[in-house]
Amino acid sequence: MFGSKRGVIAAGVVLAGAALVLAGCASSSSLSGGGSTSSAKTTITIGSAAFPENVVLGNIYGQALAANGFTVKYHLSIGQRAAYIPALEKGDVNLIPEYSGSILDFLSKSATANTPSDVKAALDKALPKGLTALTPSSAADSDSINVTQDFASKYNLTSIADLKNVPSLSLAANPEFQTRPDGIKGLESVYGITGIAFQSINDSGGPATAKALLDGTVDSADIYTTTPSILADKFVTLTDPKSLFASQEVVPIVSSSKVSAKLTSVLNKVSAALTTKDLLEFNTETSDASNPKAPVVVAQEWLKKANLF
Amino acid sequence: MNLILQGFAWIFDGSHWVTTSTSAGIGPALVQHLILTGISLVITAIIGLPIGFYIGHFGKGRSAAILTSNALRALPSVGLLTVLILAIPFIKGIPGSYLADVIVFVLLGLPSMLAGAYAGLESVDRQTIDAARAIGMTEWQILTKVEIPLGAQLILGGIRSTTLQIVATVTIASFLTQVTLGTFIIDGLNQNNYVKMIGGAILVAALALLLDGILALVQRFASPRGVSRGTTKDKRNTARGATHASTQPRTPITEGN
Repeated sequence: MFGSKRGVIAAGVVLAGAALVLAGCASSSSLSGGGSTSSAKTTITIGSAAFPENVVLGNIYGQALAANGFTVKYHLSIGQRAAYIPALEKGDVNLIPEYSGSILDFLSKSATANTPSDVKAALDKALPKGLTALTPSSAADSDSINVTQDFASKYNLTSIADLKNVPSLSLAANPEFQTRPDGIKGLESVYGITGIAFQSINDSGGPATAKALLDGTVDSADIYTTTPSILADKFVTLTDPKSLFASQEVVPIVSSSKVSAKLTSVLNKVSAALTTKDLLEFNTETSDASNPKAPVVVAQEWLKKANLF
Repeated sequence: MNLILQGFAWIFDGSHWVTTSTSAGIGPALVQHLILTGISLVITAIIGLPIGFYIGHFGKGRSAAILTSNALRALPSVGLLTVLILAIPFIKGIPGSYLADVIVFVLLGLPSMLAGAYAGLESVDRQTIDAARAIGMTEWQILTKVEIPLGAQLILGGIRSTTLQIVATVTIASFLTQVTLGTFIIDGLNQNNYVKMIGGAILVAALALLLDGILALVQRFASPRGVSRGTTKDKRNTARGATHASTQPRTPITEGN
């Protein structure tokens, strides 16, 4: 079936494709490496986790630093924490946008801190030598209980504590929410909400969860605060006055050797300007079905809009 | 091995049979699993058997049926389920994702159901059918009094394999919204509770074996006494039928792959 001629052509096509891909890589890395290589500048290598929101954050850090005279190299979309934290410790990357609660949980399994200040304090202690956490932003990508507007006005809901007044409350979340200490158990012990009918929907607060809420199949759902459907479907995110969910503020983790007054001031400005709503918009823009934007572009636009650098 | 024993122990712990705030109960999950299996199976039969009988009786549209069946088989059930759950608008009175679930399981079950039905009819000896026609039976009588009884073994075989497929696949309904025996498998994985996972898997396997066993019994008693399917114990059959071979169903026509 595969005549030698065809085989040769096929191989040629594959090789040509590979060459194109390689060429693409080469050109993009030379671009992001920056043209000027003056040795006086500090070089910062920025990494990120492999999901759009975090890649956008990595790009924002990078573009902000580049605008302030740093030489920036990118190593984005590295993958999971287990992969990029060692890279950070080794110095292969110097800066990573992180989420305070998750990184703390990764570094110290016994961590119990939940409020933003507790989490930051515990994180400073838990970070391995050579790594520094800068000031966190108020932008956070954490668990949150969401209800529809109708449901919220029907029972007059603004905070999780108000759910106590809802008869036979049902709640949708990923299966692990049922057994997590800050899941159903936490709702029971921290807020005293009992008899919750749990509905496991295994899509991490994704479209099926949003649809179940809209259809009224469930009363409430655990959705990450930066999920586009919160905006698109006008869900009401209930406040968490007793800090059931660990704070997940965006926090730059930097190699201590690279920390300087200038770097800190640039990143602090970014963190101060960043809001949870911005993160939500990043996710909306990068996941737009018809016209998804590249994280680089989203980052550029945000810096422009925020009037930074 | 230890984990499997723990799985059995998990099943036999009475407290796991009722729903609590931290886990779905086996009881309600089993009921829901059977309901979903039952509804899907009945609808599959209502759609699949008449089409299969039509193909088997008139010998028309067989290749179209095989092609469609095989195309249906290629549909990834979990993907289809997700798409349907998102696409089907909410209808008052139909709780949760029932409609999407049932559509997926019917599409899954149809190929075997169809194949069983037409293979069953095709297995009937043409001479027998000609004889029936010759003594003045109507086409309807031929279908109901000759072809279906004689093909019952294979038709029931189709129903059996459909049941097995549906009862095992209903588990995926738990991926999104439905509480079935699959809930324990999916939740157990996410909750790092492997005992629960194995317990759920054992329950699904046990239910599948039980249903298959029941249908095997039905299948055994379903064929008319005249047709022994080659069991030589039935002396009457060999004595009466001069051409024993001709009463034997032809090699069942399988479903194309």
